[in-house]
Amino acid sequence: MRYEVPETKGEAVSLLAMAEGGGRVLAGGTDLLVQLRSGMVKPDVVVDIKKIVETREITAENGGFRVGAAVTGAELDEHKALKKLWPGVVEAVELIGSTQIQGRASMGGNLCNASPAADTVPALIAAGAQCHIAGPDGERTLPVEEFCTGPGVTNLQTGEFLVSFTLPSRPPHSGDAYLRFIPRTEMDIAVVGVGVSLSLDSNGICVAARVGLGAVAATALLVAEAADALIGTSVDEGAIENMISAIRSACRPIDDKRGTIVYRTQVSGVLAGRACRIALQRAEQS
Amino acid sequence: MTREHITTTINGDPVEFLCDAEQTLLDVLRDELRLTGSKEGCASGDCGACSVTLDGRLVCACLVLAAEVEGHEVTTIEGMAVGDQLHPLQQKFLDHAALQCGVCTPGFLVAAKALLDRNSNPTETEVRFWLAGNLCRCTGYDKIVRAVLDTAAEMRG
Ligand SMILES: Cc1cc2nc3c(=O)[nH]c(=O)nc-3n(C[C@H](O)[C@H](O)[C@H](O)COP(=O)(O)OP(=O)(O)OC[C@H]3O[C@@H](n4cnc5c(N)ncnc54)[C@H](O)[C@@H]3O)c2cc1C
Ligand code: FES
Ligand code: FES
Repeated sequence: MRYEVPETKGEAVSLLAMAEGGGRVLAGGTDLLVQLRSGMVKPDVVVDIKKIVETREITAENGGFRVGAAVTGAELDEHKALKKLWPGVVEAVELIGSTQIQGRASMGGNLCNASPAADTVPALIAAGAQCHIAGPDGERTLPVEEFCTGPGVTNLQTGEFLVSFTLPSRPPHSGDAYLRFIPRTEMDIAVVGVGVSLSLDSNGICVAARVGLGAVAATALLVAEAADALIGTSVDEGAIENMISAIRSACRPIDDKRGTIVYRTQVSGVLAGRACRIALQRAEQS
Repeated sequence: MTREHITTTINGDPVEFLCDAEQTLLDVLRDELRLTGSKEGCASGDCGACSVTLDGRLVCACLVLAAEVEGHEVTTIEGMAVGDQLHPLQQKFLDHAALQCGVCTPGFLVAAKALLDRNSNPTETEVRFWLAGNLCRCTGYDKIVRAVLDTAAEMRG
C-alpha cells in the first residue's frame, strides 16, 4: 500500500484514476482504518484528501454554505452560523462516535462509506444537500439521496471523489431536526434515523418539507409522501399522524440483533413524529 | 517496499521517523519511537486508550495513519508531566484512586486534559459525555469523573 497526499483535486483524480479501482480516499479514517486493520479493504494506494483546500473549508455561498467533504464533526460543531442555519444536520454529525471520533470523522466519509445506518445521511437528505464530485471528466453535482446505491456502494465512478456539499439557503421560519434511536445513549449504530426539514409561511402553513429516513432500507430514503402529508397544513397533530403513516409505509427494514422489522417500523414513526415537532418548533422560532 | 520519511513534532520536540504506509500513529509511537504510554485496547476507535492530540484535537492514535502526521503536532501522555512534576490531573487521579490496572489511564488523562484546556468549569454531565469514548474495565467511572471535576476546581483556584 502507498500513501499519497495530493494538494489539488486534479492530482487526487489522477491518482485515483491510475489506481483503477485499487485506490481508497482517506478523510478522517474512522471507518477506513478499521476496515484496513480487519483486512476488509486492501487498497494499493490511499489518497489522503485533507490537503486539498476545498475539502477542508466551510464557506458561505448564496445564503447557504459550501462544506468540504473532509471537514470534521468538531469543526462543524464550532461553526455557529452553520449550526444556526442547519441545526438538524449538525446534530446528526455530532451523534457520530465519541469526542475522539468527532475530532476526525467527516460528513463526506459518513456518506461515502455508504452504511444504510449512517447518521448524517437522513439529515443531509432532509436538508436538500447536494454533493459536488470531481472526476476524470470534470465536476458533477448529485443530490445526497442519489449518492448511495446500496449498502457499501455509491454512485462514484473510478477516479471520482466527493469534494464538498452544498447546504442551501432557506427562507425565514424554517427548521430541521435529526433523531436516531439506539439501544444505549451513545456509541452505537442507529436502529432508525429520521431527519425532517420544513418551512412555514407567515401564517404558519407548511410550504416546503423534506423527510429523510435511515437504517430501515438498503440506503437512506427521501420519503416524498411523508413531506406531502405536511405541506399545506399547519403541521397539526393530524398532519403529523399522516406523515407518520407515510414513514411506516416507506420502511423496508431487516431483522437483526438491534431490532425486528416490526419494531423498527414502529420506532420509525415515533421518531419521525418527534423530529417533526422539533423542526416545527425551530421553524416557529426562526 | 519504500518507507515513508516523516517529519513531525511530538510533545514539542521535532521528530523524524520512517514508517510503512499501513502503520498507524499508535504503531509508530509505541513500536518505533518507544513512546509506550499510549495503549492499544481495541485498535478500532472504541476504547480511547490510544488518545493523543493532533494539532490540539483529541483523536484516537489507532485511527490515524502515521504518515498523516507529517508537518503536524502530536501530543501524547509522555508530554503531560513536566520533568518530575505531575500535571494536576495526574496527581488527582492518584489522590482519588482513579485507576487500577492503569491501561485506560493515559487515554483518560489525555482526554481529560483536552477537555479542561477548552472548558475550565465543566459540569459532571459534560465530563461524562466528553469521556464517553474512554472505556475502563476496572475502576468504575465515578472516581475518574470526581478526579477530573476536582482537578478543574483546583486549577480554577
Ligand atoms: C467508535 C466509532 C463510533 C462510530 N459511531 C458512529 C455513529 O454513531 N454514527 C455513524 O453514522 N457512524 C459512526 N461511526 C463511523 C464513522 O465514524 C463515520 O462513518 C464517519 O463519518 C466516517 O468519516 P471519516 O472522515 O472518518 O471517513 P473515512 O474513514 O476517511 O472514509 C470512509 C469511507 O469513505 C471513503 N471516503 C471518505 N471520504 C471520501 C470522499 N470525500 N470521496 C470519496 N470517498 C470518500 C473512504 O475511502 C472510506 O471507504 C463510528 C466509528 C467509530 C470508530
Ligand atoms: S486502541 Fe484506539 S480506541 Fe482503542
Ligand atoms: S484501570 Fe484498568 S481499564 Fe481502567
